[in-house]
Amino acid sequence: MTLRDTTSLSQAATQADVYLALRRKQGRRLAETVIRYTLLACGLVSILTTLGIVTVLLFESFQFFREVSVVEFLTDTQWTPLFKDKHFGIWPLVAGTFLTSAIALSVALPLGLLSAIYLSEYASPRVRSVLKPILEILAGIPTVVYGYFALLFVTPLLQKVIPNLAGFNAISPGIVMGIMILPMVSSLSEDALHAVPRALRDAAYALGATKFEVSTQVVVPAALSGITASFILAVSRAVGETMIVAIAAGQRPVLTLDPRGPIQTMTAYIVQVSLGDTPAGSLAFKTIFAVGFTLFLITLVLNVISHFFVRRYREQY
Amino acid sequence: MTVHLMTTTAPTNVTDLENVAVLKAQNVNVYYGTKQALRDVWLYVPEHKITALIGPSGCGKSTLLRCFNRMNDLIPNARVEGEITYRGQNLYDPDIDPVEVRRRIGMVFQKPNPFPKSIYENVAWGARINGYRGDMDELVERALRRAALWDEVKDRLHDNALALSGGQQQRLCIARAIAVEPEVILMDEPASALDPIATLKIEDLMRELKERYTILIVTHNMQQAARVSDYTAMMMLTEDGRAGTVVEFGETEQVFTRPRDPRTEDYITGRFG
Repeated sequence: MTLRDTTSLSQAATQADVYLALRRKQGRRLAETVIRYTLLACGLVSILTTLGIVTVLLFESFQFFREVSVVEFLTDTQWTPLFKDKHFGIWPLVAGTFLTSAIALSVALPLGLLSAIYLSEYASPRVRSVLKPILEILAGIPTVVYGYFALLFVTPLLQKVIPNLAGFNAISPGIVMGIMILPMVSSLSEDALHAVPRALRDAAYALGATKFEVSTQVVVPAALSGITASFILAVSRAVGETMIVAIAAGQRPVLTLDPRGPIQTMTAYIVQVSLGDTPAGSLAFKTIFAVGFTLFLITLVLNVISHFFVRRYREQY
Repeated sequence: MTVHLMTTTAPTNVTDLENVAVLKAQNVNVYYGTKQALRDVWLYVPEHKITALIGPSGCGKSTLLRCFNRMNDLIPNARVEGEITYRGQNLYDPDIDPVEVRRRIGMVFQKPNPFPKSIYENVAWGARINGYRGDMDELVERALRRAALWDEVKDRLHDNALALSGGQQQRLCIARAIAVEPEVILMDEPASALDPIATLKIEDLMRELKERYTILIVTHNMQQAARVSDYTAMMMLTEDGRAGTVVEFGETEQVFTRPRDPRTEDYITGRFG
């Protein structure tokens, strides 16, 4: 038997021959080292970028909070940094983000999970192989398209049903954002459900469980960590989504939970300022870093909470 | 009664068995897609006895077992022909609900497969979905006692079942099956993943369980079949090697000491398989 240049050792081989055959080859060692550090460098790129972003956010936010107190930031109920009578209360933007995200998630999470259950547990392999790619195509549509879809199609449609619905409002972009996130929730949850071992399903069926009982009481709990992970991603995307709300939700930061009128989200505000004529370096310009930092904190807290939630409730198989 | 069997030896005292059989398979053919897995199978499973299915790998023992609680329904493209009856009722009639069938004909699998829930919940779940309204604590205790597991787990009922050893997990699976009060328990090589001590515990347990339940067990282990079963069905591939069938069925002692079919004798004496 000969592998590459390795010749087999005969009975007559001395210890020196064996040593030569088994000795660590110099070139291989070097190659392994190079490969190792190249891969490390690739990993470091994203870590360093993240650190850089956080540093810039922290630094610029710090500049902002030297001029505006944190107390005002957290207690004022108006957000008017671009007007003469300046107020720096973050809550109207937080409320806008919360409102559109809540609407989006109330569309995306239930529909996403239910369609995942359908695809994983009920659909025949053929139906599944057709439906899943179609659903995933939805994820490939640019968000600008969704934005105009919300503004020019969904809003007029909703105006026929909901009286007093403004041309810019929270409900239409919220729903459309939900539809945008749905395929991600569905696809990731379906992966998690599909990964649950057959043996668990068999065990449940053998006890006289119906398909619905097996799906909801055995398969879903067993896949909970994967499902929750998809929910977290959905929340992060909803909170961070920019284009749809910038186009269809309006630009009026008001502290309200009424989804019928125009609002402004944190992301839409950042777009407005960074694309507008606000002079860089001015206090008004620095607000976007403070808003960005707040956004960052919110997603961070959500991630931490969900991390503990998953560890507490998942059923590990 | 006359049973025409192309490839099998006539069974011993068939008529005796017919009267006490809870489950009967007659002229059963099973296909997975176009591939035939079982051909012209017949089997009687007598009440309150342990019936063992033995034979080489791939001869369809598990397939036959899963016909009795319609678990083959869950395999896409699986098709069952012939008559499989439970107390005279054909289990494959269009009006028959497989969910109801499985509640009465329970199953224990080859590899222990407890739910990733607590020990208590593993036992309680099946009873709950079947609408059990009584004292759940009592039911859980009774099922665990019957499965000879109670003393080992009574202080940690709310721990995760996956923390148990393999043998304990398998007894938990038996307790879980018992908790829904089935009449028949199908066991698919229940001890094959266990060490000899755990295996003996399962076998002792089976002897106790047959007082209340009818047991049909698939086993690779012929000593196990000889030790625990009252009746034995020997399965083999047909001569053309394409599908499995029952070649001999009778009282375990007869099958092991005076087999009628030369293939059974060869297999039992270790000449092949």
